[in-house]
Amino acid sequence: MVLNMGPQHPSTHGVLRVVLELDGERVVKAEPVIGYLHTGIEKTCERLTYSQAITLTDRIDYLAPLSNNLGYCLAVEKLLGIEAPKRAQYIRVMLTELTRISSHLVWVGTHAIDLGAMSVFLYTFREREEIQKIFEFISGQRMMTSYFRVGGLALEPPPGYLDQVRRFVDTFPARLDEYEDLLTQNRIWLGRTKGVGVFSAADAIALGASGPMLRGSGVAYDVRKAFPYSSYDEFDFEIQTQTAGDCFARYQVRVAEMRESLKIILQAVGKIPSEGPFKAEAPGIIAPSREEMKTSIEGLIYHFKIYTEGFAPPPGEVYQAIESPRGELGVFVASDGSNKPYRVKFRAPSFINLQTLPKLCEGRLIADVVACIGTTDIVLGEVDR
Amino acid sequence: MHIVEPQEQNKNPVVRKLREWDAQAVAEVLEFRGETTVVVPREHLRRASEYLVAEPSLRFSFLSDITTVDRFPIEPRFEVNYHLLSLDRRERVRLKVRVAGSDPTVPSVTSVWPTANWHERENFDLFGIRFEGHPNLRRILMPDDWEGHPLRKDYPVEGYR
Repeated sequence: MVLNMGPQHPSTHGVLRVVLELDGERVVKAEPVIGYLHTGIEKTCERLTYSQAITLTDRIDYLAPLSNNLGYCLAVEKLLGIEAPKRAQYIRVMLTELTRISSHLVWVGTHAIDLGAMSVFLYTFREREEIQKIFEFISGQRMMTSYFRVGGLALEPPPGYLDQVRRFVDTFPARLDEYEDLLTQNRIWLGRTKGVGVFSAADAIALGASGPMLRGSGVAYDVRKAFPYSSYDEFDFEIQTQTAGDCFARYQVRVAEMRESLKIILQAVGKIPSEGPFKAEAPGIIAPSREEMKTSIEGLIYHFKIYTEGFAPPPGEVYQAIESPRGELGVFVASDGSNKPYRVKFRAPSFINLQTLPKLCEGRLIADVVACIGTTDIVLGEVDR
Repeated sequence: MHIVEPQEQNKNPVVRKLREWDAQAVAEVLEFRGETTVVVPREHLRRASEYLVAEPSLRFSFLSDITTVDRFPIEPRFEVNYHLLSLDRRERVRLKVRVAGSDPTVPSVTSVWPTANWHERENFDLFGIRFEGHPNLRRILMPDDWEGHPLRKDYPVEGYR
């Protein structure tokens, strides 16, 4: 029998369709069908200036908008050969780690609800709301912040923002213990995730899986450690791995990653200087400060030029990878020397990780398909772009 | 983006190894912002890929991404880029294959890296690159009956009206 799961199935986290070939309740063949959310973001980027395209990157992976901002901004910065000042780099680290926690919280909540544990979802969304409030306080936006800009940040962060982050960091570990109380020893949870969706390290590498999908199979690869960006080499944290390669292992990896992220955030809070530039000094590329624009003629000219025609990086191609909550997010930008990117490509980790789905669930029961979709942590906006 | 002169190329161990193995496999080497791009002639792509994975001192076992750039109206029009990663050596390299608009075919590397399956389907879908030897070369993001390849430069942003 052939069964169409989705595109409106609630456990597919969006509009994913999986064509299941069944023998009784057993899955013989599973084929993901995607593209329902394809919005042509890469094509649209080609006719926007480099800075305008930032707003589109938020909408690719809408559960981790700041990670996308970061990947894209770093790629353009690499193309230009400039670097954000340290203060901006640390703030970027702090905010992307908060993003990682918020994304993993949505994942724990929805994955648990898919497998029948309703209450976890209500708790994780409570904590996620706290993170959204921090984002709103700093950038003025809850989700689509576009707070990272080429060369630094959009705005000087408001006074008192670090206290908000500290307050969150103080309360969160206890909350995380609560989720673990609900799930880690829960027999139903163990039954639904242990030994389900197993794949080996060799399979994970061959299929290009990254992030917790790869680390859950015992491969200690994390872009933050392997190719440090944005001063991650100055932070002390561990790569979390598990060797079982099943859904439970990936759950453990993500929970442990949230604790590591907290460690990074705490260090960042200590490192961020209270004063200093929040964007790079690069006349003609980075807009001058408000004060300079009002007081000097060059400042006014640059302000006008940058906001109307943008800037033109030298011709060339770069590939910049970052560790998004879902895995290796790669941004490839090709420039032809004009003020618009000639080609932007996002190596979306969800897209590649979804490719592993048949490997995870073939030979198992239909109910396990739900667990396997959940464990890959896909965001359909990112899969289809 | 500057072309690296042949006498300079051997400084990069990946390029040197590739050259020693088969000088024909390296058509050109480009260097930009610390990233190395090796231009590989189309007919050598699959052999070179197999070599890069199998050679114990290189081990590019992870294929990060395949992406195309359309240089329309310049010929050869398409550049297919392969982003390779060596997990244990923490190194990246980009392979580039140039193909003409009149014959946009490239050998498939799905037998070398199974992950290439969806990447190649995406490049086929959005650019019309044909990957010879691909097990299931169908559209992946656009509907099956879509006409044209949207990421080509001669395809209007608003679509055909």
